Amino acid sequence: MPLKDLFKNPGRVFSGRPAGTTVPPPPSVEIQFIPGAEPTARLDPWWWLVAAVAVFIILLLALKSDPYWRILRFVADGLWITVLLTIVSFVFILILGLVGGLGRIAKNPVIRLVATLYVEIVRGVPLLVQLIWWYFAAPVVIQSFGRLIHFSPLANYHSSAIFLAIVGLVVCYAAYMAEIFRAGIQSIHKGQMEAARSQGMSYLQAMWYIILPQAFRVVLPPVGNEFIMLLKDTSLVSVVAVEDMTRRGREFMAAHFNPIEVWTLIALLYLIMTLFSARVISWLEKRRTY
Amino acid sequence: MPEPIIHIENVHKYFGHIHALRGVSLDVQVGEVVVILGPSGSGKSTLLRCINHLEVYNSGKIVVDGIPLKSAQDINIVRREVGMVFQSFNLYAHLTVMNNLTLAQRTVRKRECKEAEEIAMTLLAKVGITDKADCYPSQLSGGQQQRVAIARALAMNPKMMLFDEPTSALDPEMIKEVLDVMLALAKEGMTMIVVSHEMGFARAAASRAIFMDEGQIIEEGKPDKLFTSPTQERTKLFLSKVLQI
Repeated sequence: MPLKDLFKNPGRVFSGRPAGTTVPPPPSVEIQFIPGAEPTARLDPWWWLVAAVAVFIILLLALKSDPYWRILRFVADGLWITVLLTIVSFVFILILGLVGGLGRIAKNPVIRLVATLYVEIVRGVPLLVQLIWWYFAAPVVIQSFGRLIHFSPLANYHSSAIFLAIVGLVVCYAAYMAEIFRAGIQSIHKGQMEAARSQGMSYLQAMWYIILPQAFRVVLPPVGNEFIMLLKDTSLVSVVAVEDMTRRGREFMAAHFNPIEVWTLIALLYLIMTLFSARVISWLEKRRTY
Repeated sequence: MPEPIIHIENVHKYFGHIHALRGVSLDVQVGEVVVILGPSGSGKSTLLRCINHLEVYNSGKIVVDGIPLKSAQDINIVRREVGMVFQSFNLYAHLTVMNNLTLAQRTVRKRECKEAEEIAMTLLAKVGITDKADCYPSQLSGGQQQRVAIARALAMNPKMMLFDEPTSALDPEMIKEVLDVMLALAKEGMTMIVVSHEMGFARAAASRAIFMDEGQIIEEGKPDKLFTSPTQERTKLFLSKVLQI
């Protein structure tokens, strides 16, 4: 029977009341709120902490511009490297983490084995050691391999320090991210997947349209946490020839011998960035629609 | 006898060591409304879920709309013709009612957005909740959610509908509004398999009632006959317990 014909007959008199008729709601009453318990939409008070640290930094820069302003000018390019490194790495961490997370729950045992092996190995090695390995060992390994198969582009392989640092950060953090995504996906009730599949969606369609959007809300707090940790851990790349904020700070200190001022300002700059990120993440978490 | 739209032949299903279906055979004709009842753990839901391959059976044969499930190239082509309504509604929690109804139409049936929305509104009118189109599932009552779930399944223009205990998770006063919709659907000629203990619905709408126990079909017949004069001891025992309440 065509769909249209289904609606011609409204005769559903099973209960004597047409389906879906609702009892009119009771008249609304003026609610007296307990003082201090009114529903409000005020600003997240933790923004004040961000503001306080910002004011403190500005005061330092304005009132003691020598050496603080000079330090800031000197490390400014490193600060951009730090921000860039964090954002670029994070995008790839999310992608590789999602692939890893899906791999961890894949039905195919080979894919699952590879994903699990990756997570277990990467989680077991310190990030600093990994970064050093990618910087010093990886190019040599690639060159030897290139010579072995007589492929000159690989045999003469050279790469920039910042690229290898991004690879190191992504490979390490994506392993943790994979576990976060896996947990998030598994936290969604399996009835959601069944409903989607019962409508004829493929596994990937169901994952993309139904499971991941819901899992995203679940994983937002731990993913935000990873972002803040990543922002701080980018300071490790200073040992593998990347001119980030930490390395620039060390260079300034080596030239001017004023460790207290340099490292206080560097610490404050990291702090303001992480505090700000934390507030943005918390705002994202509260922006729930369902 | 015309070709049945659902043909189930000697199906066995194991969950580990548990033998959940023990050689079930059943034919459903176009336009039939079959109600399956039986104690919990008797395999009713498992049988239903085997029909759209949400549960993979271990041996036997199921043919849906002329396509044998085991050799189906693409199970999704079978599934789009088989609407399913779940005990726990399973509406997409992050989508509005309207998007719940249109998503699969667009992604699976490849309909235009406008066409999908028109079909969705017609179906919402049918189940009596046009005013909730922009609400999220969590803002609806259980009965409303289940009616949306029925509309969502109908939006795919299925050739048959499977109901897995559609009223078991509902408050008594909401059961009626869902059964009304199902009854209207049955009267309009939809092929339905309903796992339910709603005797009233079975009497009013079902062409056949089936009693299952321990993974087997014990008895089947016209609902009135099965409920009033069952021939098997197990059916009598079960009905005496259910009807007491």
